[in-house]
Amino acid sequence: MHPAPSVIIFTALSGLGFGMMVFLGLGYLNVVVLTAFVFVAMAYALAGGGLLSSLFHLGHPERFLKALTQWRSSWLSREGILSILTMGIFGIYAILWIFMDMRIELLGYIAALLSIWTIFSTSMIYAQMKSVPRWNSAMTPILFMLYAFAGGALLTTQVNIAGWMMAALAVAQIVAWLLGDGAFAKSGSDMGTATGLGGLGKVRLLEKPHSGTNYLMKEMVYVIGRKHALKLRIIALSTGMVIPAVLLLALPPGHMIGLLAILSHMLGLFTARWLFFAEAEHVVGLYYGQR
Amino acid sequence: MAKHNQPQLDTSPKVSDEIRHTTCYMCACRCGINVHLRDGKVAYIEGNKDHPVNKGVLCAKGSAGIMQHYAPSRLRAPLKRVGERGEGKFEEISWDEAFEIATGWLAPIREKNPEKLAFFTGRDQSQSMTGWWAQAFGTPNYAAHGGFCSVNMAAGGIYTMGGAFWEFGAPDWDHTKLFMIFGVAEDHDSNPIKMGLGKLKKRGAKVIGVNPIRSGYNAIADEWVGITPGTDGLFILSMIHELLKAGKVDLDYLIRYTNMSFLVNQDKNSDEHGLFIRDSDGKEQVWDRVKNAPAAWDAKDVKPAMQGAYMVNDIACTPAFMLLADKYMADEFTPDAVADRVGISAERIKSIAAELAQVAFGEQIVLDRPWTDFRGQKHDQMIGRPVSFHAMRGISAHSNGFQTARALHVLQILLGSVEVPGGFRFKPSYPKPVEAHPKPHHNVTPGQPLDGPHLGYPRGPEDLALDENGRPKRIDKAFTWENPLSAHGLMHMVISNAHAGDPYKIDTLFMYMANMSWNSSMNTSGVMDMLTDKDENGEYVIPHIIYSDAYSSEMVAFSDLIFPDTTYLERHDCISLLDRPICEPDALADSIRWPVVEPDRDVRGFQTALIQLGAKLGLPGMVNEDGSPKFKDYADYIVNHERRPGVGPLAGFRGKDGTGKGRGEPNPNQIQAYIDNGGFWLDHIPESASYFKPWNMDYQNWAVERGIYDNVQPFVFQVYQETLQKFRLAAEGKGDIQPPEHLREQVRASMDPLPTWWEPFEQALVNKDEFPHHALTQRPMAMYHSWGTQNAWLRQIHGHNPLYVPTDIWNANGFQDGDWALVTSHHGAITVPVALMEALNANTVWTWNAIGKRKGAWGLQDDAPESTKGFILNHLIHELLPAKDDGQRWANSDPITGQAAWFDLRVRIEKTDPPPDLHSIPDVAPQESPVGRGPKNVEYGKEWT
Amino acid sequence: MTSLPQSTEKKLGLVIDLDTCVGCHACVISCKEWNTSNYGAPLSDMDAYGANPVGTFLNRVHTFEVKQDDKPAQVTHFPKSCLHCEDAPCVTVCPTGASYKRVEDGIVLVNENNCIGCGLCAWACPYGAREMDAAEGVMKKCTLCVDRIYNENIPQEDRVPSCVRTCPAGARHFGDFADPQSNVSILSAERAGMDMMPEQGTKPVNKYLPPRPKSDITSDITPALTAQSAETGGFLGWIDRTLEKL
Ligand SMILES: Nc1nc2c(c(=O)[nH]1)N[C@H]1C(S)=C(S)[C@@H](COP(=O)(O)OP(=O)(O)OC[C@H]3O[C@@H](n4cnc5c(=O)[nH]c(N)nc54)[C@H](O)[C@@H]3O)O[C@H]1N2
Ligand SMILES: Nc1nc2c(c(=O)[nH]1)N[C@H]1C(S)=C(S)[C@@H](COP(=O)(O)OP(=O)(O)OC[C@H]3O[C@@H](n4cnc5c(=O)[nH]c(N)nc54)[C@H](O)[C@@H]3O)O[C@H]1N2
Ligand code: SF4
Ligand code: SF4
Ligand code: SF4
Ligand code: SF4
Ligand code: SF4
Ligand SMILES: [Mo]
Repeated sequence: MHPAPSVIIFTALSGLGFGMMVFLGLGYLNVVVLTAFVFVAMAYALAGGGLLSSLFHLGHPERFLKALTQWRSSWLSREGILSILTMGIFGIYAILWIFMDMRIELLGYIAALLSIWTIFSTSMIYAQMKSVPRWNSAMTPILFMLYAFAGGALLTTQVNIAGWMMAALAVAQIVAWLLGDGAFAKSGSDMGTATGLGGLGKVRLLEKPHSGTNYLMKEMVYVIGRKHALKLRIIALSTGMVIPAVLLLALPPGHMIGLLAILSHMLGLFTARWLFFAEAEHVVGLYYGQR
Repeated sequence: MAKHNQPQLDTSPKVSDEIRHTTCYMCACRCGINVHLRDGKVAYIEGNKDHPVNKGVLCAKGSAGIMQHYAPSRLRAPLKRVGERGEGKFEEISWDEAFEIATGWLAPIREKNPEKLAFFTGRDQSQSMTGWWAQAFGTPNYAAHGGFCSVNMAAGGIYTMGGAFWEFGAPDWDHTKLFMIFGVAEDHDSNPIKMGLGKLKKRGAKVIGVNPIRSGYNAIADEWVGITPGTDGLFILSMIHELLKAGKVDLDYLIRYTNMSFLVNQDKNSDEHGLFIRDSDGKEQVWDRVKNAPAAWDAKDVKPAMQGAYMVNDIACTPAFMLLADKYMADEFTPDAVADRVGISAERIKSIAAELAQVAFGEQIVLDRPWTDFRGQKHDQMIGRPVSFHAMRGISAHSNGFQTARALHVLQILLGSVEVPGGFRFKPSYPKPVEAHPKPHHNVTPGQPLDGPHLGYPRGPEDLALDENGRPKRIDKAFTWENPLSAHGLMHMVISNAHAGDPYKIDTLFMYMANMSWNSSMNTSGVMDMLTDKDENGEYVIPHIIYSDAYSSEMVAFSDLIFPDTTYLERHDCISLLDRPICEPDALADSIRWPVVEPDRDVRGFQTALIQLGAKLGLPGMVNEDGSPKFKDYADYIVNHERRPGVGPLAGFRGKDGTGKGRGEPNPNQIQAYIDNGGFWLDHIPESASYFKPWNMDYQNWAVERGIYDNVQPFVFQVYQETLQKFRLAAEGKGDIQPPEHLREQVRASMDPLPTWWEPFEQALVNKDEFPHHALTQRPMAMYHSWGTQNAWLRQIHGHNPLYVPTDIWNANGFQDGDWALVTSHHGAITVPVALMEALNANTVWTWNAIGKRKGAWGLQDDAPESTKGFILNHLIHELLPAKDDGQRWANSDPITGQAAWFDLRVRIEKTDPPPDLHSIPDVAPQESPVGRGPKNVEYGKEWT
Repeated sequence: MTSLPQSTEKKLGLVIDLDTCVGCHACVISCKEWNTSNYGAPLSDMDAYGANPVGTFLNRVHTFEVKQDDKPAQVTHFPKSCLHCEDAPCVTVCPTGASYKRVEDGIVLVNENNCIGCGLCAWACPYGAREMDAAEGVMKKCTLCVDRIYNENIPQEDRVPSCVRTCPAGARHFGDFADPQSNVSILSAERAGMDMMPEQGTKPVNKYLPPRPKSDITSDITPALTAQSAETGGFLGWIDRTLEKL
């Protein structure tokens, strides 16, 4: 799939934002009001910013409210509603906390729960795509949540939790890659089933329907070299999880270390998310001679 | 559960304000179209269900007519060249000025030496009119494009059976059970062939595709024969060998309907050796095997012998059939002898021959339709042999194409499958025996019309267009010993001959609808040089070039004066029986175009411009006594011009009352009558006349009534071709019109009265190790030559073209996707992108025809893929062959008709680095665009959505 | 709304005959021509006369080559438009309800007024049957010519999709698969109509008829003809015997 910046930013940032809300909601981080304000603002900025950037890849952003109507069937719709709801509830919780210094546990738990649900539904937008075998797996929600928790913990300075989450995430990410690499083959779709001609012999594309390109090829037939992908995976794994985990668990906590861990994790997060899209092969590629 | 809620749709939206019926011209197939107009704009074009040609269907080009009609490349006004030739610098001028310039050049020519005008037309469908104009002007130098197109097919058919494949006939789609298609990618009958194949598929009838490339029609064929290019003649003659030796030929049919029983002079010393034995009043003789005596071939109850040696007036003779049998039953034609050269296993050749016999004789079909033949014999049934054939340029565009086309017709005839149910059928006004066609005319009188129609079918050396010193009279050297039967002229030789001043210099080259500086010429780069070449005085070697185009093509840039034509939706046209008719085997038909939308530019239909120019030149037939113009415009001509009394361009709705069919005085309301009838006229052939046309009296009489000919003229098929033998006799030194020495052997060898095969010339001359592969082009179904490129929709399908390479060559060169190759012929080299195709003759490479364009043409941006990556093979093909041992360079064409041998091309191919800018080579310098460039984006129909 | 209907009264769709399709692209352009000025936004062509023309098409024809070892390869033209699936994933993913399947005839449509152009439905379609229009920012797809097949301004016999009406080879058939007696049901039954990518679980309505076996690939051979035997006088003897009978 075409790794569109808007979608990468959207999923990555909103993940972090709601991840923070989980921890703030669960009552972690006992700090003075002013600091609390900074963290809350940060969570909002990330979640809100992410959602905002998601509007950029719409053909008609001005109609975005319509996207809230189909919660019965559509994960994207659910994700929209939940994120708004979450930010609302968390908002009340935050206001009471910051301005009245009342931290209502129940409200926090609800906010945290909603955040998790939001992150989950974001992940399901991709996980539900049977047409993209690499995504169509339980690993997709697991990854999205772990990324959110790890990042959220880190940004809410939960050094230990963050550290262990990073380790868990590393394992999950590796498993996801390995499973993902075999997913297309396991999906059972190939040029034979795509054309119905498989029984007659080996099928190959002779001529595209047009000599130029088209929307489908631009959007869904993105090809990246194996070598290139491997390099990026190593970068993602090391900067995104290994380095932060080591920094957090092995070294004495401190602002400098924390900042380093955050920067490193962000780099890894974006690389991994770019790969999440770039490496995902859509079965429509079969009609254009891909694999 | 709650009712499934969904938006309310208006499922009956308005489609259009008005539908106008006219004829498509996105190609030469001439389908009927319904043009939907909305707010005066073309909103939708669909096929006309009532139309005989397409019965409602439409091809991709036809549906893309909107984008053609509104193409940004349309010329807007007459153009006068201001820059150098080829640059594309023009100024727009008025029609008056345009006519002034033209008459300024042409009037003096006509007074002194009319032959200094060469007038040649391309995709034209008004040859009966343009030819008439040229005749009135008095130049011998007129022809259409058939010489580089498919004259082998046309002439091979006319000389054999009075009609050809091409558009002159069609398989009996409703009855045929086995259909063989040779060398066709698309053909002129684009839609009818597809509709026909659809019918066969529906009935489960078998289709055999003979073609080096398995695409399009050949892809859906039930059996593919991936023949080696240039060898179909051998393949066919070998099948004939199989059929003869097994006695699987229709002897009764041969006796009744062919000249196979005619007695042929066998006296080697006779001046008439190889000609038919004739009685005192010139009737060909047969041997009556009952009376045991010679008799006129058409004598009542004659029982002709088909074998044996006889003496008639002391001349040894034998039935032509014996000569045929002796020739083809020889060992040189056994499947095993030919298999390697044709690239088909002997087993497969035998199998196909057997299958033909099985279906032709085992599955004959019988229609209970009584009919009467020209001998007066009544038949209560029509008996058919349901095998049919079609072929086109894969056979004809070779230097052995004429004889190969003849071979295929002979195969059909031996099987008794021509003009019978389930076989091949003619479309009236065909069949027309050679005798019913004119001979070539070429006698010039300054200031006077030519002595007759330019093009025709020579009957012998006496009909050649040679002057007293034996020098060619025509600039294209048509009807000379180099190509005696060049019935369509040789448009592809005009520019090089005119440039060389051989046989003489000309003053003005006048062309219409032919992109001669690009895809329709061989040696494209060379031709561009010839068009721009100057003499010692700095004058262009070809002094004046007038050209009519509708769009900003490559040829426009090389012209001095441009007559801008309208689009096909803006003008009157007539698809006339005097021309290439649109008839169906069961019906006579012709049609018109008319301005369904008015031009928004200062353009005129070319035929109108030509008639107006003719009037200004005072050409006979175009002016009244007082010198005033006889016709206002083409529409006026279409209605009021008469070729023969009562016979004019349109056959329908003739006579004052509009009831005349074929014959009748002009009808002032004729065009409106056509419009009211859907743009065409159709007249069904009586059932009893629908088959056996050349011999069927009901058909013959009907044809005379309709003005197809003036008296009944049944004829028999010329399987044995006497005209060819006459030329051969001359080559053998007989008669007083003799070929030049250097051509004697070629004439003798090629002018065989029975179909024969020789190795394609280029292949025979070049070193086969140096140029090991065949290189071909194919018509894309969704493109028409050069002119589909300006079409925003079609160019997305074919915006650039790879060279398709078969598996072995691909692997041998270690090609990968995205690689480029250097392709070299004896004449030149090109560097182009390659792609793998496995369903391809192992020794053949190919590409789509005419996709590559010159930068700046067609209103496209300079970086359009057509002009960067896209390429044409024409740079590799030369109009002359490589030099022979004697240093002579002969024409790269068929020695009988002069047909350009496009598909004889031999090449070498090597992997090479992609050009740095990924532009294919040669990368011809841009031309300026006299019409600017197209808009960035298109959203057609937005105002209605 | 984007939940799929439990069931539809009719199942309108196409049968496409891969044995007959010559790959002429007529259906492609006829579709473009009809739809650019009818249902919904026009089908734009970006950079129409430039280096990289990219237009919106609702129907496209691919060409595939199929080969078995040591056998000649064969070529199949493959037209592809929306298959109007019964379990259409493109519908359920739509957040706005713009994408829906009609309960009366099963046609899958986009209500462009509600479409935010998120592209999710195109992702969900395994077949590449949806294209986002670059100029209009809304999702375009085959409408099964819903504005033709019921259109009272069109003669009865022409109330079929534009691509079906135009197909020169007659390789496209339109009808109701819910009716076992319909032309399409019968064709698909007789010729073993196939589903594309059945494993995707979309239950396509459109069916494809497979190419018939090719005798050069199955290596069918008709036994060679036998020559007229010498005892009976060979070829000349045959001529005499035949002439006797005439
Ligand atoms: N390599 C290779 N070359 C070939 C062939 C091949 O098979 N291989 N085929 C050959 C054959 S058979 C042919 S017939 C030629 C065809 O080649 P051409 O005869 O050149 O035909 P086109 O390029 O289609 O069109 C010629 C011109 O007609 C113009 N035109 C289009 N519509 C109109 C109109 O309404 N009015 C006027 N006045 N002009 C119009 C176009 O703009 C174009 O400039 O190509 C030949 N060239
Ligand atoms: N869509 C479309 N239709 C057209 C045209 C167009 O440009 N576009 N052009 C029109 C014109 S001007 C013409 S003349 C006709 C031409 O109609 P076609 O004759 O169909 O024209 P080509 O595309 O040259 O096809 C030649 C075919 O012969 C095959 N072939 C080449 N050499 C051999 C051989 O030695 N033996 C055999 N058996 N096959 C061989 C090639 O592979 C190719 O398939 O088409 C007309 N119709
Ligand atoms: S075949 Fe196509 S382009 Fe040619 S006349 Fe018919 S519809 Fe028009
Ligand atoms: S129009 Fe018919 S034959 Fe042509 S590509 Fe489409 S389906 Fe195939
Ligand atoms: S083909 Fe694609 S767009 Fe059409 S219904 Fe099926 S999934 Fe949806
Ligand atoms: S692009 Fe339009 S139709 Fe498709 S899912 Fe998004 S909103 Fe629905
Ligand atoms: S049914 Fe209509 S919209 Fe669908 S492909 Fe055919 S023409 Fe296009
Ligand atoms: Mo041609």
